[in-house]
Amino acid sequence: MYEGAVQDLIDELGRLPGVGPKSAQRIAFHLLAADPADVKRLVTALTEVKDKVRFCRICGNVTEQDECRVCRDPRRDLTAICVVEESKDVVAIEKTREFRGRYHVLGGAISPIEGIGPDDLRVRELMTRLADGTVEELILATDPNLEGEATAAYLARLVKPMGLRVTRLASGLPVGGDLEYADEVTLGRAFEGRRQVDV
Amino acid sequence: MSLYRDEGVVLRVQKLGEADRIITLLTRRHGRIRAVAKGVRRTRSKFGASVEPFSHVDVQLYAGRNLDIVTQAESLTAYGEQLVGDYSRYTAGTAVLETAERLTAEEREPALRLFLLVIGALRTLTERDPSLVLDAFLLRAMSVSGYAPALLDCARCGAAGPHRAFSVPAGGVVCAACRPAGAASPPPATLALMADLMAGEWEAAEATETRTRRDASGLVAAHLQWHLERGLRSLPLVERR
Repeated sequence: MYEGAVQDLIDELGRLPGVGPKSAQRIAFHLLAADPADVKRLVTALTEVKDKVRFCRICGNVTEQDECRVCRDPRRDLTAICVVEESKDVVAIEKTREFRGRYHVLGGAISPIEGIGPDDLRVRELMTRLADGTVEELILATDPNLEGEATAAYLARLVKPMGLRVTRLASGLPVGGDLEYADEVTLGRAFEGRRQVDV
Repeated sequence: MSLYRDEGVVLRVQKLGEADRIITLLTRRHGRIRAVAKGVRRTRSKFGASVEPFSHVDVQLYAGRNLDIVTQAESLTAYGEQLVGDYSRYTAGTAVLETAERLTAEEREPALRLFLLVIGALRTLTERDPSLVLDAFLLRAMSVSGYAPALLDCARCGAAGPHRAFSVPAGGVVCAACRPAGAASPPPATLALMADLMAGEWEAAEATETRTRRDASGLVAAHLQWHLERGLRSLPLVERR
């Protein structure tokens, strides 16, 4: 146990995800020995993230302005919306440079056992965006786990009467992996979604 | 018993750290256990897909000090795959899992009959009306746990039925003399449906009207929540057709 401020810092750091008591102590002493200017920068970053960051009016992604960078970009394709669970997923998809449309961040997945239903997600906002008829394709990019699949199935059923093209991200073998190590469910899905090879 | 093997149904998964999960299993021989499945959230995980909720798995576990560790898992039947495509079945299924978790108060207390009921319910969910399957499961699960509602004879004095009034605090149907204030008077068809669900008389149960089914669902839910003291989170989200 340390005195006052040091112990307070260790306690606060220890509440962060993935930081145990030993790591918290190590970080605290690193900060104590660090240059005051570095610590100031960290403090500013921490304060600003809470003050400035909010959610995009259109898609729900994190942004510092009223609309996020993707929604502000006039070059983006307005006819496609990709539905994801979290802002982290937007970044992951952006890195692929495969998708030129816009996003919709739900803020989680349907999980009745945790008490999270469709009304707790940004489903109504999605329906409003789809209502004007500009969107032609809805890409369901929720996580490939049970909750993500259930959410995708729920949304697909909900938008079916609107008559737009609804697609789901493919499941299959990871690039750079070995076939023999793939689990049965994934390998089964890979078979289901196999493609014609064009020569 | 540092390394042991059992089969079980995955009731719940929770994220742990960077890529791990804590999974809650209802096993055939060891009752409800909680175990850490390491690295299952990585895309390269060998058994990530087999430890999803609803999965019936054959697992090998290493007994840890606090939580056990899943060392191997092989999927026997992935009920989740069959349920996710249909929202009513999926929500009914999650209520089955949550009830099973709540009815097993103690970890590692064998609950074979409940385990068999869960497997049976998950299998039947893909074949019959999910709302009826859920109510049948809830009734039988309560019965296995000692909370069976009285459906024929009076719950208080045991006077031979049938009786008209149903009181949740009294524990089922009550005779005219025992009837407490606030007891419901469901139509006889509702009580008959509950008895059919309890006995597994599917043909009679499926011939009932929507209103009767809704009444029965209400009574079953009220009875369950009374005994569990704290409400089920998934029950209000179940989509009833």
